[in-house]
Amino acid sequence: MIPELGHFALILALGIAALQAVVPIVGWRTRDSRLLAFAGSAAQGQFLCVLLAYVCLTSSFITKDFSVAYVAENAHTQLPLIYRISAVWGAHEGSLLLWTFMLSSWTFAVSVFNRRLPAELGALVVSILGMISVGFLLFLLLTSNPFERLFPVPLEGRDLNPLLQDPGLAIHPPTLYMGYVGFSVAFAFSIAALLTGKLDAAWARWTRPWTTAAWMFLTLGITLGSWWAYNELGWGGWWFWDPVENASFMPWLAGTALIHSLAVTEKRGILKSWTALLAILAFSLSLLGTFLVRSGVLVSVHAFATDPSRGLFILVFMGIIVGGALTLYAWRAPKLASDGELNLFSREGLLLFNNVFLVVACGAILLGTLYPLVLDTLKLGKISVGPPYFNAVFLPLTVPLFVLVGLGAVVPWKKGRVGETWKRLRIPAMAAVAAAIILPFALEGRATIVALAGGLLGSWTIFAAVQDVWRRARAKPSLLSGLINVPRAIWGMTIAHVGLGCWALGVAFVTSYGFEQDVRLAPMAEAALGAYSFGFQGAIETKGPNFIAQQGTVTVEQGGRPVATLNPQKRFYPSQRNVQTESAVDVGLTRDLYVSLGEAFDDGSWSLRIYVKPMIRFVWLGGVLMFIGGGLAASDRRYRLARAAERSAVSASGATAA
Amino acid sequence: MRFAIPLIVLAGLIAVFFFGLQHDPRELPSPLIGKSAPAFELPIVPFPASDAPPLRLTASELKGKPLLVNFFASWCAGCQVEHPFLMQLAQTGTVELVGIDYKDADADLRAWLGQKGNPYAPILADLEGKVGIDWGVYGVPETFVLNADGVIVYKHIGPMTAEAWKTKIRPLLGAGA
Repeated sequence: MIPELGHFALILALGIAALQAVVPIVGWRTRDSRLLAFAGSAAQGQFLCVLLAYVCLTSSFITKDFSVAYVAENAHTQLPLIYRISAVWGAHEGSLLLWTFMLSSWTFAVSVFNRRLPAELGALVVSILGMISVGFLLFLLLTSNPFERLFPVPLEGRDLNPLLQDPGLAIHPPTLYMGYVGFSVAFAFSIAALLTGKLDAAWARWTRPWTTAAWMFLTLGITLGSWWAYNELGWGGWWFWDPVENASFMPWLAGTALIHSLAVTEKRGILKSWTALLAILAFSLSLLGTFLVRSGVLVSVHAFATDPSRGLFILVFMGIIVGGALTLYAWRAPKLASDGELNLFSREGLLLFNNVFLVVACGAILLGTLYPLVLDTLKLGKISVGPPYFNAVFLPLTVPLFVLVGLGAVVPWKKGRVGETWKRLRIPAMAAVAAAIILPFALEGRATIVALAGGLLGSWTIFAAVQDVWRRARAKPSLLSGLINVPRAIWGMTIAHVGLGCWALGVAFVTSYGFEQDVRLAPMAEAALGAYSFGFQGAIETKGPNFIAQQGTVTVEQGGRPVATLNPQKRFYPSQRNVQTESAVDVGLTRDLYVSLGEAFDDGSWSLRIYVKPMIRFVWLGGVLMFIGGGLAASDRRYRLARAAERSAVSASGATAA
Repeated sequence: MRFAIPLIVLAGLIAVFFFGLQHDPRELPSPLIGKSAPAFELPIVPFPASDAPPLRLTASELKGKPLLVNFFASWCAGCQVEHPFLMQLAQTGTVELVGIDYKDADADLRAWLGQKGNPYAPILADLEGKVGIDWGVYGVPETFVLNADGVIVYKHIGPMTAEAWKTKIRPLLGAGA
């Protein structure tokens, strides 16, 4: 019964979404306020239906209802409850349901929080989100119904892919999807503005918190994905430039560009058509990511079964949504007039440069991701593009970005002065040079070019970001009252930029000073790596809820002093006859010690893979700080003030850029 | 005009994707196609188990009739998927199946095939995966189609399907089956 209820709720949601898409548009053309008001009710009704469907599927997983084909394929009687709940998004159908659920949640939020919006704009935004929803609900119902029954009912399920049985992966897809789908709101705002022709400072201010909120979830999702890959794949890496990762990184770059160009459009009333285009681009890249991952055009190992009919559906859908948006853009954007002049040495000028670098980096990644596909299509041979290309192209493009981040916080809107800028930045600049030289020697005792460069850029970003808050706080009578008076948006920007700096430090140090080694160790034998010695104590068999594991014990000593005991596992999941490496990591702010078990040999010795990863935590710390910064910026009180709309674009001075 | 550039880029991308979807990205050409099967000598796994000393089989003994050489293992998920189809295929008697058990323990293999049935005429054990390397196997299951001269004419990557058999493999064997 419950699966049928879920299925029915989805069909009902499709009907409501269709009305939600059409009725407000009619209301807008006929200037009928009752039809415009319908948008909100439809959004809320659709949300309830999709929520019901989602709850139904979750309950089928919790009760282990193997008569539902999707549950039978992704659950098992021995699977722990937490993973039965997360198994909902463990494969294609459920992921798509989650996507749709997120979309209806964002639409619901828009309909609740945007009551202050002009009725026309609010209704159009909800209508456009409804159109996207129609597409995804059709996709679900026509090609990927998660509620399909299975007969005869199997006694046992095939179990969730063991790779996905990890806390990191349980929360990674929902946060990532929150980000992907969240850009649909910015997209809808952009389309609504193109339709009505009203793209002004007020519009930018309404769009900003939504975009920042989506961006922060995407940031966290990517960070969690990277952390998961590090823990679970056993390769000790945190980023692999594989197509699926690139699919999430491209919308992030476009989204980062968008939150900065929105700041320019709000404060200065320029770059309007560019901002509108970026909003379309960010969401289109999210759709592209979904297409690349779900259609299988790029997946080249046997792991996932692909289905061309699904790929074709998303392609057609993407063609309609993005094609429609870009056609509208080509038609309406030329009419968006700028309200001011652009001076290159000013905050808006620097932000324009930041946009250029971000978009070029995004384009380079797009090129690298699609190049193999293009060659294959043109029958020019099979190639793959790997990390060397991406590192060679992407890293140089980030260097000017870091320089710009520091400048951007100091140079004022409209027109900057070189002398003034230098006066404010010379202390952070000197501190950054000092830190860049001291850090490598203090932590590792030797310097490399990458560590020096990364250290310089990272600490420059951090010091330059902090000086902004410092200067604002110093202007008040007491430091405490000063810190309290710093607006939340400034805190958000500062913390996000500090996060970027931390990320750079982490990347530079882990690439410069990381050690790795494959060793074969007999029980009680030792291997030395850097300053550490790893002693293998042997392996024993242990049992988990739904797996059997060989668990090794490795004690790590530094200069004769024990620092950690690690228990890497090699797990065998009988339900899928699948072997899974569970690496063991001793976490530290300045270094990780990482061991994963390889193969056992007849004489009781094992092959082990050992890593020392200096400062790798800074990579994820950076991501988390950006997430927190985004949260602070999106919740700044000026977005919440009821009458903010009236006070409009005049308050240009003392304004923020993030 | 410059405002239409994004639209033109999109049109190009969609065209590439559309043609890209017609391809199977997993179709990797094998350099071995059109060449004789790489030489090997492997022990035959007696099924069911027997105490007799194991016989050995070499590549040259594969000549004489067309056959399918299927790299598989009891631990591999894709092999579970293709197994029912291989059973059907074996029952029709259209073509002989040579199974090469890849990096697998004989006991696991017997437990699996004992339960689900054995579609293979001989099963050879490639315990260390060395033959797999010579044949360019990068993940089981993979199936090679050999003609009567022992030349590889086709390689199928991933689980064998009824569709692949009908559209790709059966025409190559030339049999009217």
